[in-house]
Amino acid sequence: MDIARLWRQQPSNIRLLGSRCRSCGVLTFPERVRCAECCSSELQAYQFKGDGELLVATTVYEAPRGFVDQVPYVAGLVRLVEGPIVAAMITDIEPDKVAVGMRVEMVTRRICSSGADDPIVYGYKFRPVAHHD
Amino acid sequence: MALGSSVGVIGYGGYVPRFRIDAAEVDRVWKGPGMRPNGRVFKAVSGPDEDTITIAIQAARNAMKMAEIDPADIGAVWFGTESKPYAVKPTSTFVADAIGALPFSAAADWEFACKPGTEAMRAAAAMVGSGMSRYAMCGGADTAQSRPGDALEYHAGAGGAAFIMGPADESLAVLLGSTTYATNTPDFFRREGRSYPSHGQRFTGQPAYFHHIESAVARLFDELKVGPEDFTYAIFHQPNYQFPLRVGKALGFRKEQIEPFILTNMVGNTYSGALLLSFAYALDKVAPGDRILLASYGSGAGSDAASFLVTDRLAEVRSRGVPVQYYIDQGTPIDYAFYARYTQKIKLT
Repeated sequence: MDIARLWRQQPSNIRLLGSRCRSCGVLTFPERVRCAECCSSELQAYQFKGDGELLVATTVYEAPRGFVDQVPYVAGLVRLVEGPIVAAMITDIEPDKVAVGMRVEMVTRRICSSGADDPIVYGYKFRPVAHHD
Repeated sequence: MALGSSVGVIGYGGYVPRFRIDAAEVDRVWKGPGMRPNGRVFKAVSGPDEDTITIAIQAARNAMKMAEIDPADIGAVWFGTESKPYAVKPTSTFVADAIGALPFSAAADWEFACKPGTEAMRAAAAMVGSGMSRYAMCGGADTAQSRPGDALEYHAGAGGAAFIMGPADESLAVLLGSTTYATNTPDFFRREGRSYPSHGQRFTGQPAYFHHIESAVARLFDELKVGPEDFTYAIFHQPNYQFPLRVGKALGFRKEQIEPFILTNMVGNTYSGALLLSFAYALDKVAPGDRILLASYGSGAGSDAASFLVTDRLAEVRSRGVPVQYYIDQGTPIDYAFYARYTQKIKLT
């Protein structure tokens, strides 16, 4: 991955940082420079909690370069409790145990690496919510 | 180092990856004569999307959940590891970024085989105690390396823990004092560019692990004018199940003071994470008023010893964190083939 792009996306990838429009209040993920709803450029950083619900999921067996060492893995869409929908990999669960509607939480994991001379891409994935007493 | 009880732990968190391999499965593949550990041993194995950075981040996030502080008040994030994903680029900047402590926070990695976490803890305590920073985070994490078939492979696990040091009046456990003892001892090392560490077999015992821990703890006893009877529990570095019991016995501790917080048989020896993970596991279970001795060991070689007094605050904040037991209970067994794949013993490229 291009280093400048990786650096630019890091706040969203590692911290799940998005944007809130000062004009209309809409929350977006990842960070934007202009509001997708009202086109205002008055946006502020917004820290998402990382909690959400799995809307849809599929299991990937034939992966693109950089992801091969993780197959089979689950990719899905997660609706964050604040509203935005995020495309992400689902981790810490066997593919046949994944259920639409399950509550998930964000974790930071290795996403991919294109080679030993390139940076490792770290970013958000979602895992089943940790239940404990 | 006696700090006059001015510094302590204000939050902590542990993390253990979910995969487990049974030492009997390692034995099935290699049949090493005399290498199979006594009793049942499971060690934690990091998944294909995990490494020391992701383990440290999760432990740090769990510590932040408990502490509920403004990350901008953390003046240092220092993690110890001997399995850095990058040879050059700090693990700790990832952790500090993930918890929101950057940019006005020191961030660096520490290395001293299995004991850089307590080295970082002493420095973090000094930073807070000196007034340089209100809070400082320290920790240790490893995806412990071991050569296939080597004695280390039966125990070398994966996991880590993070601690936030802060003022004593906010602390769940006050640091009463600490000492260190180090020599230039070549008992265990990993050369540049090598994938697996080398070790001096039985040399890693008496002149290394036992001598250093016993020396550090004896000095702590002397400085604080205490003895083994003054501690509710003692937590020693855990390369296996037997060593902490043996060193504790030599120092005058009873088995009941040591055994409750040995994790090696459940998650393996998590190298830089081992002692601090056990400390986190202990804090999940101890009561206010309990006094805890910590003694790390790092090959090369050295030991840090510390005394902590648990405060009433622990009961108030403990439920905000994620107990280490939760991660222990998530254990998912894998066989040697998946273990070899997940720990990159099989190279795809």
